[in-house]
Order: sequence, then C-alpha cells, then structure tokens
Amino acid sequence: MSSIAEATIDEICVVACAEAFRGDGEILCNPIGTVPIVGGRLARATFEPDLVYTDTVAVLPANNFPVGDPDAPKVVESWVPYRTVFDIVWSGKRHVLMGASQIDQWGNQNIAAIGDFRQPKAQLLGLRGAPGNLVNHTTSYWVPNHSTRSFVASVDVVSGPGYDRMRELGSPSNRFHEVRRVVSNLGVFDFQTDDNRMRIASVHPGVTVEQVIEATAFELAGTDDVVETRLPSDEELHLIREVLDPGGARKAEFR
Amino acid sequence: MRAFGTMTTPKEAVLPVWAGSQARAIVAAMVDKRMTEDEVVSELKDGMTIGIGGWGSRRKPMSLVRAILRSDLKDLTVVAYGGPDIGLLCAAGKVRRAVYGFVSLDSIPLEPHFRQARQSGAIEFTELDEGAFYLGLLAASHRVPFYPTRAGLGSDMLVMNPDLRTVTSPYDDGEELVAIPAFKLDAALIHMNRADAGGNGQFLGPDLYFDDLFAMAADKTYLSTEKIVPTESLLDEGSVHTLRIQRIFTDGVVEAPRGAHFTECPPDYGRDEAFQREYAATARDPEAWEAFRSTYLDAPSHAEYLKALEARA
Repeated sequence: MSSIAEATIDEICVVACAEAFRGDGEILCNPIGTVPIVGGRLARATFEPDLVYTDTVAVLPANNFPVGDPDAPKVVESWVPYRTVFDIVWSGKRHVLMGASQIDQWGNQNIAAIGDFRQPKAQLLGLRGAPGNLVNHTTSYWVPNHSTRSFVASVDVVSGPGYDRMRELGSPSNRFHEVRRVVSNLGVFDFQTDDNRMRIASVHPGVTVEQVIEATAFELAGTDDVVETRLPSDEELHLIREVLDPGGARKAEFR
Repeated sequence: MRAFGTMTTPKEAVLPVWAGSQARAIVAAMVDKRMTEDEVVSELKDGMTIGIGGWGSRRKPMSLVRAILRSDLKDLTVVAYGGPDIGLLCAAGKVRRAVYGFVSLDSIPLEPHFRQARQSGAIEFTELDEGAFYLGLLAASHRVPFYPTRAGLGSDMLVMNPDLRTVTSPYDDGEELVAIPAFKLDAALIHMNRADAGGNGQFLGPDLYFDDLFAMAADKTYLSTEKIVPTESLLDEGSVHTLRIQRIFTDGVVEAPRGAHFTECPPDYGRDEAFQREYAATARDPEAWEAFRSTYLDAPSHAEYLKALEARA
C-alpha cells in the first residue's frame, strides 16, 4: 500500500473523483476538466469497468489512453456527437462531473456569471448544460480552489440547481436529481444529511477540519469525527502516472 | 474506372452503371448557387436574426463572418453555439442580441470579446441551457411553436429569461415542462468540408454539430465550403452518412478554402492556436485590436485574408 509521501494531492483528488462513479454500472461517465477526466478513466480501468466514457471530441473509446495526447490510439466503441450527448442527458444514462465557479450549502452551482447576470462583473461560460444535467441525471462537482470565494453562502446565478431548489420544485420534476459529491483540493463533500445540506465526507491527508471550515462561507455539517480521504493504491498510482496522465497535465489545475 | 466521379465536368460525369440517362440529366441541370461572401452579405439586412453553425471554436463560417464585419450591417440578433463568431461580431459592434448556451474558444475557455460586451452591457442576451438551445433549433426546423424539456426547471434559466413559458403535459402524468420556443432565423451561415454547386453539403469531421438544423430553421441558408466538388464526387471522401445538408435547404454556396480559419475544420486542418491566442489578446489592448483588425479583418476578400495569413507565416 502507498504512503502519504508517495501520493500527491493531485493524485488523491483524481481518486476522489474516480470514487464519485463507484456503483454507476453501464452509463456514460462524463467528467469535465483534467482531474475529473483522469478520475473517470481510472474508475473504468479499475472498479467500474462497465462505464463508457467520452474522448471529449465525439467518440467513446474502449481502451485506456492518456489525457492531452490527440494522437493516442483509440479503440472506438461508439460515436457520440454533441446531439447524441444531449439525447443521452435526457435519457438519464449519464453522470457528469463538472466544475463550479461557486457552490453553496445546498449544492447550487454557478458557472454562468459573477455579479448581477444582467450586467455581470465577470461573464463566465454561460449556463452551458448545467440546467439540463441536474434535472436529468446524477451530477458531481470538482472545485480545485476551495475558498470562501468558491464555497459561498449564496451563488450569484443558479446554473445547476441544488437540493433547496429541487425541494421547492417538488415531485415529479425532482425525481432524477442527485448531487452525489463535491471534490475540492481540501476534501470530499456530500449531501447525506436529513435536509440534504452539504457535509464533510472526508478531508484530504494533511488538511485539517479547521482549514476546511475557514475556507467555506457557510456552515458545513459533519464536522465531528471526520475521516481522511483514502489514499490511491499502488495500482491506481501506476495507472495515473504511467497510463492515464504520464505528462502530469492534472497538476496544472492546482496552480 | 472508378465507380464514382473522377474529375469531370457535370455533363460528362462518370456515373455508376445503375444511374441511367435520367440521372445524368439531373446532374447536368442542377441549379448553380455559387456566390461570393460579399454577395451573401448583400442579401442580409439590418436587424435580422442570423444563426451561425459550428460549435465554440470549431468549423465556424469565418469568411462569411468577416464579410459581415466589413459591411454596414447592424443590430443583428446572433444565434449560435458561440465561439469567435459571436466574439468578433460583438467587438465590431454588430450585435444587438446574442442567443447562446455558452460562448467559448475551447482551448481558451472564456471568449474575451464576448465577455467585454456582456460586462459593459453593450448587448442584450438570451442565455439558455445548451440542450434546450438544440430544441429551439429543432422546433423552428419542424415549424412547431416549441419543444418541451425538463431542462431549466429549478435553475435560473427561467429567471434570466422571463419570456420563457412552461407547459403542462396533457396526459395523465400532468408534468410541468419548459416550452423552448422555435428559434426562427432570417438567415443561417454554415461551413462544410465539401459541397456541390447546388448546395448539397458534406461534413468530414467527427461532428456535424447542429448545422442541418440551422439550415432548416432559416428562411435563407448560405453555406461556405472548403471545396466545391462535382456532385458525382461527393462520395469520394466520405460515406453517404456524411451528406447531411440537402440542397433544398440552401440558397447560396461560397467556395472558401480555409474558410473556417482560425477555428478547426478537421480533417482539412486543425485550429490555429497561435492565431487564436493573438485574437484573444486583442481584447485587453485597443492598439492590438486595431492592428489585428486592419491586418486581417479589413482584408477586402477571403483571398486577401489568406495572403495576410501567408505573410504572417
């Protein structure tokens, strides 16, 4: 087994992202961002072999291949142009792991704009697919810069709705909604509380609960008896370093 | 002899044996829709709603976009899976309203000129879920007023777009859904890898995106292409599945080699990342923007633009 000295924070986060897909079975694993992509591929290469995943262009590759190498040989098992991706979103057979510029205690996510959306201080990507993702299938988030600017009391725009919005919406519109986990550079968070409020699921090795509380602008549940995020196994470290991301592209997201 | 066209004129087309004299006559008689970028723009009017095909910084009809930039057109509503098309049109002050799910340069996630336009309040905007956007195009293509979707419920999409309405299922489930209205387009601009002079278009890359829907949703569709080929040569480089733009939906064909530059147009060429970086940097520096504009955007034709690119290399 590995030791803390061997696994670095980016590798711990990759494994925490991979764990988001545990139990998903035969669905489209659709991570966005380098750490999530390496994590998704790691999940399929190890404990979740039935997943299919995108090459982020337009096919589903059946083999393991490195991120950031457009010339890497691919075994193509199917074709998924964007139109098909939307069809799959609406079918429900997808789990997206995407970024969040802001996220709040109910899991509301913002990737659209900072400030008033009518004339924002900072225009970001736009709503993208977040509104459709959240009401159709499981969603998880990756936030590489955990601070009171990203884990906020209230998001400026709700791109992906969280549990309070879904409670308000009620049945049947909320029936496919699940925010499974949030992975940050400090820890892993979920919504396994009575009222689906964000709680600490684990803190990464070397991170204290106090650090997490200080970097979060709302009150987190589950601050007692916090466990540590699990370390990558030797096999996982080998796959990350030698097969899935030999160039170390994952490290760039921590700058 | 090759079964499908060698380089011949339409009248002497080499046709497969099953294609009788009638097929020969159809090829010869097909309407010729070839025109220039400037002729396309002369058919557009101030205030029009114009759809632009492609996705982000991928297979955008850039030679047509530049022709709009150097025209007097104004007050346009631009509908797109946005990339540098929306960015450039905003920077040049051509846009009254942008309709989009996102605007991105892909390798540069945020489009800097679009951001400036939004942050300065220079443009009106309709921001939608990107899947809902597909349904708006589909509704216009099918001439129905809307398509229903769950996307948007619970998010701020309905807050940002107070004109959007919901509908209740007329069946026993009674589910409430968002009604995405048809995106009726006055004109659409798309870029294809190959086309014939009649306006049959072919994509050879991995994704058509939504270009067929842009073509169907518009009153007039103008197609630019890397290369105009004889109809009987359309299957030389791709299977029948790549022939996704039918000439019944096109009104003009512009031959524009490297017409999608600096966006990608595989398999013909990839994205010109160095050029895109230069373009993005002009958003921070008015002098750089003026230099970029006079060198590349003010080039009076696509041929002159290609010369400016050669001089750059």
